[in-house]
Parts: sequence; C-alpha cells; structure tokens
Amino acid sequence: MRYMFLMYSQEIAGGPPPEEIERLKRDHGAVVKEVTEKRILLAVEGLKPTTTATTVRMKEGKAITLDGPFAETKEQLAGFYILECADLDEAIEWAKRMPTGCKGGPGCIEIRPVAELPRVS
Amino acid sequence: MHRDTPGRRIAASVLTMDAKAAVESVFREQSGRIVATLIRISRSFDAAEEAMQEAFAAALASWPVKGLPENPAAWITATAHRKLIDRSRRERTQQDNQDSLQYETEVAKQPGEEENEENFMHLPDDRLRLIFTCCHPALNQESQIALTLRTLGGLSTPEIAKAFLLPEPTLAQRLVRAKRKIQDAHIPYEVPSALHLSERLTSVQAVIYLVFNEGYVATAGDQLVRGDLCLEAIRLGRVLRELLPREPENLGLLALMLLHDSRRGARVRGGQLVTLEEQDRSLWDRAKISEGLAIMEQAFTAKPVGPYQLQAAITALHAQAETPHETDWRQIAALYERLLAFQNTPVIALNHAVAVALSAGLEEGLNRIDALGASGELDNYYLFHAARADILSRMRRLKESSVAYQQALGLAANRMEQEFLARRLATLECELDGRIDPGCSDG
Repeated sequence: MRYMFLMYSQEIAGGPPPEEIERLKRDHGAVVKEVTEKRILLAVEGLKPTTTATTVRMKEGKAITLDGPFAETKEQLAGFYILECADLDEAIEWAKRMPTGCKGGPGCIEIRPVAELPRVS
Repeated sequence: MHRDTPGRRIAASVLTMDAKAAVESVFREQSGRIVATLIRISRSFDAAEEAMQEAFAAALASWPVKGLPENPAAWITATAHRKLIDRSRRERTQQDNQDSLQYETEVAKQPGEEENEENFMHLPDDRLRLIFTCCHPALNQESQIALTLRTLGGLSTPEIAKAFLLPEPTLAQRLVRAKRKIQDAHIPYEVPSALHLSERLTSVQAVIYLVFNEGYVATAGDQLVRGDLCLEAIRLGRVLRELLPREPENLGLLALMLLHDSRRGARVRGGQLVTLEEQDRSLWDRAKISEGLAIMEQAFTAKPVGPYQLQAAITALHAQAETPHETDWRQIAALYERLLAFQNTPVIALNHAVAVALSAGLEEGLNRIDALGASGELDNYYLFHAARADILSRMRRLKESSVAYQQALGLAANRMEQEFLARRLATLECELDGRIDPGCSDG
C-alpha cells in the first residue's frame, strides 16, 4: 500500500542554522538511500517556505488567487515522501526516522494512505 | 397418530433450552476467539462479525434438532468460514472484472468443500493479534476500548453504549470509524515484534484497566459501581494473562483488578458510598483476595517490577489489614514512592502524601499535599480537596477542613460521591457547632 508522509515543520526566518542543515541532509539522505535500495521509494520532495506559496480558490465560479498558504497554522508543510509499505506499522517505522525540523522549528509527520482509485477499463 | 405425548414435548423443550443455553454459553466464552480467527481469514472485521452471527443463527436452528456438536466452537468457526467462502464467491461473480479484494483470494485458497470442524480444533489462538490490533496506537483510546469490548469481549453495541452512558449511534459511529481506519490505513493484524511488544502491551493493559475503572468508579451518573464492566475487564485480564503469561505486568494488572474488585460489595451501602476506612471488611470477597494475592506474588517473582504490580501490592496491603488501624501505611508510602519513579503524576504524588500523613505524621503529609496544590494542577480534582479535608479534620482543623470539603463537593460529578461529601460536611458542621463555647472556640 502507498503511504504519503507529510512533513510539517515550524518555519523560522532564514531557515535552520548551517549545522542543522547538515544533519537534516544526512538523516534524509540515509532514509532516501535505504528506501531506494529497497525499491519502495515512489516520490520525495522538499518544499520552499510558505512565503513562496500561492493559494487558488474557486469562489462562485471564479478563481481567486491569493498570496500565502491556505491555512495559517503553526506548522507548515515542508516536504513529503511517498513510499510503498506493507502496512501502517512499517510506515510508522519509516516516519520515526524522518527528521522534522526541515524549516528550522520542531515538527511532525502525518501518514496518509493513498486512495487507490479503481482502474479505468 | 403422531400427537406428541406430554413427556416428549417436555423432552423436546428441555433440549431446545439446552441448545439455546449452549449457544449462549459458546458465544459468551468463545466468540472472541472465533471472531479473531475469522478476521485473520477474511481480513475484515465486518465480514468476520457478520459470518459469525450467521453461524450462531445456524446453530440455534440446527443444535436443537441434531444435538450439540462435539466441539461447538469449532462447529461455529467452520460454519462461519463456509459463509465467508459463499460470500466471497457471490461477490466475485458480481464484480467479475474488478480486482478481487485480498481476503477473497485468501478465502478461496482454502480447501472450501472439505472444510470440517476438525480442521479448526487445533488452530492457533488469534486473540493476541486481535487485541493488539484493537489497541493499536493509531486508533484513539475511546475507539480502542469500544472495539476491544465489541470483538474480544463479545459485547453488543447497545451493551457497550449503556455501560459508558453514551447514545447508541455515537458508539456505533465510533466502531464504524475504527474498523474503517484499520481497513483503509492497513493497520496490521499481527502480534508486534519483540522490539515493540512491551510498548504496545502498555496500551492493551491501559485499555483493560480503563474498562475496569469505568466500572469501579463510574465518572458520571447515578451509580457508583457498574459491576458488569469490572467483571468484563477481569475476564479480559485473564485472557491477556493466558496469552502472554510471562509478562509480569499482565499478572500485576489482573491481581490489581481482583484485589480492587474484592471490595466492590462493601463500597456501597444502602445506595451510599462507603470509604475504605468505614467499610465492613467481612463483606470483602476472600476468594478474590486470595487469588489476587497469589497472582501478585507470581508477578513479583517473575520481575521486572512495573506500575501495575506496585499498585496491586498497595491494594494488597489494604486487603490484608483486618482493621483500618492495622494498615501498613509506612509500607504503602514506600510503594507509592516507587510508583512515582514510573508515573510521576500529581495524583500519585497525592496518594503518596496521604500515606505519609498516615504513617510519618499528619503535619508532614499536609505540607506535602499543600506543596502539590501550589502548582494548581490539582485544583479541579475533587479527590485532592477531599484528601486535604480529611487530613485537616484528623488534625482537628475543622474550619479549614469544612472549606476543603465544600471545594470537593463543588467538583464531584458522581451523585454518590456528592452525597458522601455532603454527609462528611454535615458531620463536620455539627462538630463545629458543638465547639462554639468559650472553652473551645479559638477562632
């Protein structure tokens, strides 16, 4: 089953300090290397900070474009993985290894199973 | 001439009654184990429950006529399994071109026609998988409790709703959501690996103990104790001990529940709450006490010691005291101190302080209680004020005690607890009135 790992992190202006960046690179690098070798990596990306975000919302048939993320929350989406895992327990084990301080502040990982759409015949 | 003689009619009705009673007893004793196996086969809580219900209905029709099978639980499991196979065949015909669900192929792989109950007599016990899945940390605790009682405990949705004083639709919804999450997020149906076992076991134990506590100290409503929940929790505790007998905390938990439950009959008298100190100790259930003590000793020999064992040991010291005076408060204080090393919570610290008050001295105990109160964390905990009030009244600081009882009264949610506090307060006010004379009043 495919799981998406949504990494949330509190954003700190200027991002994490240099030594923290090194640690993040090393820890994410280790996860990416291992999931690649196991052939369960389907996608992994980091995102630019929410200062670069644009939200498009449809209102009464018209698209309204707004500056910023759709929700003002403490922790912002910082990146994601999509992995093929046997079950939720395996997914939880991977999540425990993913660093969450990607944008400088503390964070967390939300695990969501990917909805398998019915095949179009 | 085929009219039944009265004798035959009676025999038939006795048989019907026996069969019905047998079906009920198999359900009560074995449904947890049966449904656990069916979930493993079908990979679906709903399909498993439905098939089991159909199999029990079939038993009600068949057993009175054909007599009881040799192994009733195996008969039910085999019959339910056939129903699962039938269902998967029906569904496959209906959705020929679609990918079949995993469990259908699993079921189809089984040698359907040749199934008989013999095959089910030596099946491994699947209840351990079931209990770990029901208590998976990815489910919230309310769902864990509901699902455990529903599947492993075999309680009906209305029964669980009634026990927790919840509207039935709320509970039904909770169960639906939990089962959907297990299915959709692929929560595994497995016993956790050795690496995670003890961590995961903690949440299983917590669920069982919460069920017990909800029965023992109902948080709301008119009744203080709901014995059915206590008994159900003890039953689950026995199952857990049977499944993982080498885990000392499983023994500790079972001992703790038995020792608490031994006092159930003495805790309420004429609809009123009776404190431990005032209980008629001859009403305590001696059989439960001796079973609890024996299990507790087993647990302590097994090691390592954990919080349930320590709590059981504390409860045991109360159970062993013939009169309140003989209570070994010094030992209880020492045990609470060890418990604090595991669970440094204000509530345990409060209990520790009370034990100190009753062993080392009231003054020292009160100082500890007041130090705890300073953080404000216990402001809304009625037992904090009640404990403080009790120590103050023992110190004959009656006015302060009365104020503390009033605070406790304002916070207690259970009617019986409120009545108890009101009685204490009334007694105290009488004493206070009695002291209004020049010799005694010191302001």
